[in-house]
Amino acid sequence: MTTPQVKEAKTSQGKAVVNDFSMTVATMNGSGSQTSNVTLLRALFKMGIPVSGKNLFPSNIQGLPTWYTIRVSKDGYLARRETHEVVVAMNPDTFVADLASVAPGGAFFYGDHLKFEINRDDISVHSFPAKLLAKESGAPANLRDYVANMAYVGVLAHMLDIDMDKIREALEYHFDGKEKPIALNMGVIDAAFAWSTANLKKTDPYRVEPMDKTSGFIMADGNTAGALGAIFGGVQFVAWYPITPASSFAEAISQNISAFRDKEGQDGKTYAIVQAEDELAAIGMTVGAGWSGLRSVTSTSGPGISLMTEFAGLAYYAEIPVVVWDVQRVGPSTGLPTRTSQGDILSTHFLGHGDTQQILMIPGSAQECFEFGWRSFDISERMQTPVFVMSDLDLGMNQWMTKPFEYPDQPMDRGKILWEKDLEALKEPWMRYKDVDGDGVPYRTAPGNRAPQSAWFARGTGHDESAKYSERADHWEANMDRLVRKYQTASQYVPAPVLQTRAGAKIGVIAYGSADPAILEAGDYLAADGLATDYLRLRAVPFTDEVRDFIAAHDKTYVVEMNRDGQMHKLLLLEYPEMAAKLSSLVKYDGLPLSALWVKESLQAEEQK
Amino acid sequence: MSDTTETAMPNIQLNLVGLSKNDYRGAQTTLCAGCGHNSISNQIIAAAYELNIVPEDVIKLSGIGCSSKSPAYFLNRSFGFNSLHGRMPSVATGAMFGDHTLKALAVSGDGDTTNIGMGQFKHIMRRNAPMVYIVENNGVYGLTKGQFSATAEMGLRLKYQGINHYFPVDVVQEAMASGATFVARSFAGDANQVKALIKAGLSHNGLAIIDIISPCVTFNNNDDSRHSYGWGREHQEPLHDFTYVPREQEIQLGEFPEGTTRQVEMHDGSTIVLKKLDRDYDPTSRAAAMRVIEESQDEEVLLTGLIYVDTERPSLTDIYELPQGRALNRMTDTELRPGKDMIEKANAMMF
Repeated sequence: MTTPQVKEAKTSQGKAVVNDFSMTVATMNGSGSQTSNVTLLRALFKMGIPVSGKNLFPSNIQGLPTWYTIRVSKDGYLARRETHEVVVAMNPDTFVADLASVAPGGAFFYGDHLKFEINRDDISVHSFPAKLLAKESGAPANLRDYVANMAYVGVLAHMLDIDMDKIREALEYHFDGKEKPIALNMGVIDAAFAWSTANLKKTDPYRVEPMDKTSGFIMADGNTAGALGAIFGGVQFVAWYPITPASSFAEAISQNISAFRDKEGQDGKTYAIVQAEDELAAIGMTVGAGWSGLRSVTSTSGPGISLMTEFAGLAYYAEIPVVVWDVQRVGPSTGLPTRTSQGDILSTHFLGHGDTQQILMIPGSAQECFEFGWRSFDISERMQTPVFVMSDLDLGMNQWMTKPFEYPDQPMDRGKILWEKDLEALKEPWMRYKDVDGDGVPYRTAPGNRAPQSAWFARGTGHDESAKYSERADHWEANMDRLVRKYQTASQYVPAPVLQTRAGAKIGVIAYGSADPAILEAGDYLAADGLATDYLRLRAVPFTDEVRDFIAAHDKTYVVEMNRDGQMHKLLLLEYPEMAAKLSSLVKYDGLPLSALWVKESLQAEEQK
Repeated sequence: MSDTTETAMPNIQLNLVGLSKNDYRGAQTTLCAGCGHNSISNQIIAAAYELNIVPEDVIKLSGIGCSSKSPAYFLNRSFGFNSLHGRMPSVATGAMFGDHTLKALAVSGDGDTTNIGMGQFKHIMRRNAPMVYIVENNGVYGLTKGQFSATAEMGLRLKYQGINHYFPVDVVQEAMASGATFVARSFAGDANQVKALIKAGLSHNGLAIIDIISPCVTFNNNDDSRHSYGWGREHQEPLHDFTYVPREQEIQLGEFPEGTTRQVEMHDGSTIVLKKLDRDYDPTSRAAAMRVIEESQDEEVLLTGLIYVDTERPSLTDIYELPQGRALNRMTDTELRPGKDMIEKANAMMF
């Protein structure tokens, strides 16, 4: 077990710290540094070292500062750390702050085109000729600024012992095997490696060594994973509107669906993707497609969710299956559009006016994004209602070490849909909104059903069991009560929470989504400090019985989440008012991925109160 | 039900698909007596019956408002979606992909289309979704009791609202500007023309905008109002005599002296025969269309007829390479879910 902070590394001849540190690269947005950063991340992963990468980027195309932080952890901890032992500075605008940010005993690297005073003697400091190396590598003049960032890859490879073959492997993947860009970038990396070998002396303790803790894992971002999951879920219709951080979800469907779904000899496509004029139209199209019997999805973020409110209410009340991916970012309003958050929980659960309860699914890993990609369709069609998959920027856009995607373990569940022969076989006349089975879920038909009694009129206005317009008080109440039954039924279909228990734990922690790695890590630290905690990772609203049992079984349960108002905590209070005294809220809402140190210290502080 | 009613039924006329006109009707209308929308509903019923369309082959869509209520009053056997105010075009766009072999018929109003729904109205035209889009245009809000809509003319005075000071939106002009491929205007008081245009619209493979001046007898029917029966009757000026000739019927050109007609071949093999009136109008010319709209505004006439048609541009569903004659919503699980072996490919795509 390690402690979250690396202690007292001497600047010279200290004991080596292997595979357990964080590094941050400070660059300028749009300078091409992403390739360098992801290459480092992937090379480390291929060396068998557990690793996570977080892109902390501005809402800007070019020029504003951006940081990429990589954590290597022999213990497999993937959360963001608050200290950085290795820092690379490539951006004059943030140089001073970047230099100040290096943990004592750490290493600081900077491009020698940056002329600043070095005011620290407690760290190792190295400059390197990034621009010269780019020039000497023979890169064309117009590409030199972009490949200059490869220089720090070569320097770090030398100084941290990163395997150059793995770096090449990462570049080959990144450039899809195209030799020209691979050679161009590798040229700079090789030159920088050689230059570093000849000129720099290692004085800090941080380095990496190959290990075998990433076999059986892949690296994926949640948006691509979710998109592939949707493709395996038989997605038929996608409508979307560009928005950070959700665009890459729909784009990944566009880019990959043909490879998985188009078959030889097929007479046409099995799907359609429309870029809509706004989020209103995107959800409108998705609702239209869901009504017409298609597996239909849209992806968006908070501002889009706000715009989709009226349609969400319509789909809830008219009982139209649609899936909405909400890749959450910081709000309200435009907020911090490139920072992560779990701030849409309450608004999305109640999305729509009047009495509305929407189903939420909350993935906690890229692998789970894949799974929820297909499972969300099953639940949505089974329940004939919208399903919101609540991802976030950190999970959606960053590369995560994750278990491989698993083929769906169940056949597609199209729910209670009736076609011509099904209607023929019925003993009683079909009625669109009749609760035949007592589970609140009626039977539906879809346009194109040619049976003369199959048609129904979808509407957001009051209706009776046969979907006819009705303003009768008893019709309205009966229908609203059935929707409650339906929502209760949904708790049998949504994914159950994931539990982690420790012997003798009296304190519980409830968290969800991308908070997972920080909670897991903090649990270890707390246990090491003598406080055993159990952990329940929520994966859906409505809550399942496990949630009630968990809260009941603990003296106190902390609900840890990334929003100001403790939104999930509030939902739990609403659901379990009798256990309100047992529930406590711990929140962080600074737009950054959660750190284990914060979780541990905040929880300890609460416990000491 | 007594025996006498059955025996008393006169020999009911059936169309070629074996249906009577009753099979095309809907619920009893709840709109005001004399509302232009009711006569349009009747022409939709008549057009579908006469075209031998099976009602199950149609989806009907609408937004919110008096006009948008009307799909409940026709084609009871068709699937329908009374959606949100101004958002019918997006719902229709998505719905069309479920079974692209169906015909889509949408009804909207001037408020639903040109006030709250202007954005979606423009974009569905850009996409050329294969659908008849009827705007029942009366210049006024009915359900909320008599407010101005964006098509109300400048200077119009309404009882509770005073005078309209804003420039009106011309539905047809907006349609032309947005690349609609079938643009027509009609008048609810001219039932035959309404019916013929609906038939032609249903034969069009693309978005067919039919802007129908459909008077609101309760809130905007003074004779000097541009959306009244009185003004329409006085000022209607047909561009041409419009005849719709279904595919199975031979065109009897002998009826028309040579050089007095133009014909437009529609996607489904039907033909529109346009008989010249005062002028020789070419409805395939965008420039001519823009010009006659401008002129009709200057001359204060209600210009009606097929103003523009482009039968060449692919429709939305053409663009998507959907299977021939087979609906997406009939795809089997095997067609939709990649095989087990494909999971390796998905994982291999990752690093």
